[in-house]
Amino acid sequence: MARAPVQAPILRIDRVSKTYPRPESGGSFTVLDDVNLTIYPGEIVALLGRSGSGKSTLLRLIAGLIQPTKGVVYSGERAVDSPNPDISMVFQSFALLPWLTVVENVEIGLEAAHLEPKEARRRSLEALRLVGLEGFERAYPRELSGGMQQRVGFARAFVIRPRILLLDEPFSALDVLTAENLRGEIADLWEDRNFPAESVILVTHNIEEAIMLADRLIILGTNPGRVRGEMRVGMPRPRERNSKDFRSLADHVYTVMTNPETKVGPAITPVGGFDTTPLPHARPGAISGLLELVQEYGGPEDVAVISEKLRIEADDLLPILDAAVLLDFAKVEQGDVTMTPIGKQFADAEVEEARVLFRAQALEKAPMMRSIYEALRSSKAGSIKKEFFIDVLDENYSDDEAEAQFDTAVTWGRYAGLFDYDSDDEVLHLAVEHPEPAH
Amino acid sequence: MIRLPFLQRYTFKRPPAFADVALLLGTFALLYVVAKVGAGFFVSFRPPGTTPNVDLDPSNLPYYAIRSSLRMFIGLFASVIFSLGYGYLAAKNALAERILVPLLDILQSIPVLGFLSITVTFFISLFPGNLFGLEMASIFAIFTGQAWNMTFSFYNSLITMPKELEEAATVFRFSKWRRFVSVELPASMIGLVWNGMMSFGGGWFFLAVSEAISVLNKSYTLPGVGSYVARAVNERNMPALFWAVVAMVVIIVIIDQLFWRPVVAWAEKFRMDRSASGVKATSWAYDLMRAAKLPALASRFWRRLRRRLPRFPGLPAIPWKIRRRHRLKINADLLAAFFLGGITVVGLYYGYGFVTKEVRLQEIAEAFGLGFLTLLRVLLLIALACVVWVPVGVFIGFNPRFARIAQPIVQICASFPANFLFPAATVVFLRLGLSIDIGSIALMALGAQWYILFNTIAGAMAVPNDLREMAASLRLSGMLMWKRVTLPAIFPFLVTGAITASGGAWNASIVSEIVTWGHKTLRAHGLGAYIADATAKGDWPRIVLGVGVMCVFVVTFNRFGWRKLYAAAETRYRLG
Repeated sequence: MARAPVQAPILRIDRVSKTYPRPESGGSFTVLDDVNLTIYPGEIVALLGRSGSGKSTLLRLIAGLIQPTKGVVYSGERAVDSPNPDISMVFQSFALLPWLTVVENVEIGLEAAHLEPKEARRRSLEALRLVGLEGFERAYPRELSGGMQQRVGFARAFVIRPRILLLDEPFSALDVLTAENLRGEIADLWEDRNFPAESVILVTHNIEEAIMLADRLIILGTNPGRVRGEMRVGMPRPRERNSKDFRSLADHVYTVMTNPETKVGPAITPVGGFDTTPLPHARPGAISGLLELVQEYGGPEDVAVISEKLRIEADDLLPILDAAVLLDFAKVEQGDVTMTPIGKQFADAEVEEARVLFRAQALEKAPMMRSIYEALRSSKAGSIKKEFFIDVLDENYSDDEAEAQFDTAVTWGRYAGLFDYDSDDEVLHLAVEHPEPAH
Repeated sequence: MIRLPFLQRYTFKRPPAFADVALLLGTFALLYVVAKVGAGFFVSFRPPGTTPNVDLDPSNLPYYAIRSSLRMFIGLFASVIFSLGYGYLAAKNALAERILVPLLDILQSIPVLGFLSITVTFFISLFPGNLFGLEMASIFAIFTGQAWNMTFSFYNSLITMPKELEEAATVFRFSKWRRFVSVELPASMIGLVWNGMMSFGGGWFFLAVSEAISVLNKSYTLPGVGSYVARAVNERNMPALFWAVVAMVVIIVIIDQLFWRPVVAWAEKFRMDRSASGVKATSWAYDLMRAAKLPALASRFWRRLRRRLPRFPGLPAIPWKIRRRHRLKINADLLAAFFLGGITVVGLYYGYGFVTKEVRLQEIAEAFGLGFLTLLRVLLLIALACVVWVPVGVFIGFNPRFARIAQPIVQICASFPANFLFPAATVVFLRLGLSIDIGSIALMALGAQWYILFNTIAGAMAVPNDLREMAASLRLSGMLMWKRVTLPAIFPFLVTGAITASGGAWNASIVSEIVTWGHKTLRAHGLGAYIADATAKGDWPRIVLGVGVMCVFVVTFNRFGWRKLYAAAETRYRLG
């Protein structure tokens, strides 16, 4: 049962923005824009969003690992301006010290707080028992499986009895079965009401995981990261993955997340006639694979069902869907995927024909692909340095995202036979026998 | 369900009592030797002129060998302290980073031996009237041969620390000290240990040179294996030389078995990657220490004692300041450029003024010409060493059973100070009438070639089996196999080996372009001989000129040659 939030908030995020300066152009890049969020004691809140929605940044702001550019994070009554003493954190990569034994890894937070050694040992062993690692105290992390290593990560976070426990995609480095098992145990612990923290904030891109664990879902949007909306999970615990309520909520979340976002942040500005509207990071092979699958099922297919069937998490599935929609191969309405005629043609096509179709659609529907192609055609040598494109992309994207956009453009361009990239010289050039555009 | 590999851990088969006795005896023996030899260290304070005599009786060799080793270990200790301090500062402070890292880059590419005259003079003036200064100068030479590598390794480990590990340390409120001891130092340990071991091996060369050196028309001698060899050369005493070589091999093997192997085996526990890759380093001495019960007893006793003692009040947990690189960036860049630029300009101005007072411009040009001759030698040597050792190394590396035996042997060869063999080679040159202009290439190769062989073996061992099976199934062989598979696969290792070999060769040029046997001296045309000549005569302007020109050569070549190759190796030819 979700505990009713009757007390004063345990954490308040007040109009927080985070921007990073871009030293080259003198501008700045916004990761989070005007985020408001309140967390109450006794609840588990999940931050859901695609990559680039700034959910990890938000978690690090709460932890006090980074400071907001604008706005304030209040932990209780206190403004967080240094590492937040009220929290502890479980990391995606476990972040264990391989040279310490299991119990030493757990103890270390207490030692740093100058707790009496005997007491520290006692509490650490208790925490280890809680996560089912009794008897493993003297093992080294490398001797344990991934799931057990993450249990150590949980014990280390539990032992300092934080007010808020921050979980940064704690199950995503584990295989499906191990993740499911550990997730279930954490849920059980929470239901038993002797959970070693008052509240939990969970960052995830796995929609079902969020519904399984959380009382509230916060949906974050991308470019820049911001709160798009929130949903309450009213279901009683323990939750049944196959129950009707669960499925319909999962459906709903998928629908929200696949809906085109209305851009609230600063619009993408074309630089010198160069349109940098983002490309979804999906490989052509994956797009055609997805379309073939939908084709196989005949009618419209539910996004949540596809995710379940393919065992792909939303974070990986959504860009593929986005790409299919962008290229006009498919439509998504109310969480259902339908193929367009040209999408059907693409799914049926032979290798060479498919590439021709892809080329035509990319040039017509993906502005960045067209911009790159035009730029190359108008250059004398038919080739342009990568640096030029990165500079242009940097105006609207973070460094990493600019690189990622470029990589995706290259992948698409190679498949479409539009242009090729020489990674030795870092030069983009027109494909050897580049065709005239279809239109 | 759950496999517990730690239950199958290797257990020492002999009864633990044996281990304890062996450990106790070993510890007492070590203490005794250090106390005995260390005393000699301090007794040798004597006014200059009465330099300690080196006795060529082979029975004295153990004593000399131990004195030399002691110097090596003090040098190593100093290097460790320096690496930790310098590396930490460079990694943690944006301004310091911008000054210290380029500085270190230059420091590690300049030929240490060229500066021997400067450092010897400096340390002697620090301790006038006794030989302690000379002792320091020798240790300093060893230090300069070890410290830069280790510092780079530590700095690199610090800046490539996994981000989540750092965040965990912050979230769990580690103090700076705890962060250093529990996270940063352990994470850097493997790199430090391996670099320390390799540099230690290289250090013997500097030791041998620095124990017996004539600077500014005076010859200085410190009791040790290096000076023993120098004396033997003076007296043309072949048997004594032979015994010195034997003693050197013995001491290298002993230190390897009793010190480095255990340390490397111990450092295994600091490995970051989860899967234990490749063959794990093992050491019988380390197993012995672990089997012994005494260390555990002692540490338990110490922990109990510490609990009784009043608690150290402990520093308050200082919240770790978040690093804001970008905020400082422009200022730090400017400041650093200003600082480094200033040093360079001032150095050039004074250096030029100092040199041109006595040296004509034409001679400067000549020095550059000599530099090209030495460069030619270095390049020839590397090319020849590659032609000879790459096939051998690949053969060894592709046969794991072979490699297990060969690798430690090659490592010992690399550690062996090649200058011990110079006299013997000189005799051969004299007999055959071979010009030292060519012979010096062979002398430089005596030390430098091993780095190429060593790295080739390591590279060949690292080639994934899949690749070799693919090549076999496609029936690739001969030139095609070499060109398409083998050479590209070992290329990054080969480049590393060549860079190390080139550094070693530049240093070696100073001692291998002039060699003596008794009263006969062979002198090659080259920058190394030029510097050695100037050093012996105490001709300061020419020392500065020679060393300066060599620095220019090495730094330029590193920047525009090796660095490019290395970048290519890292991006294109990296496996896995």
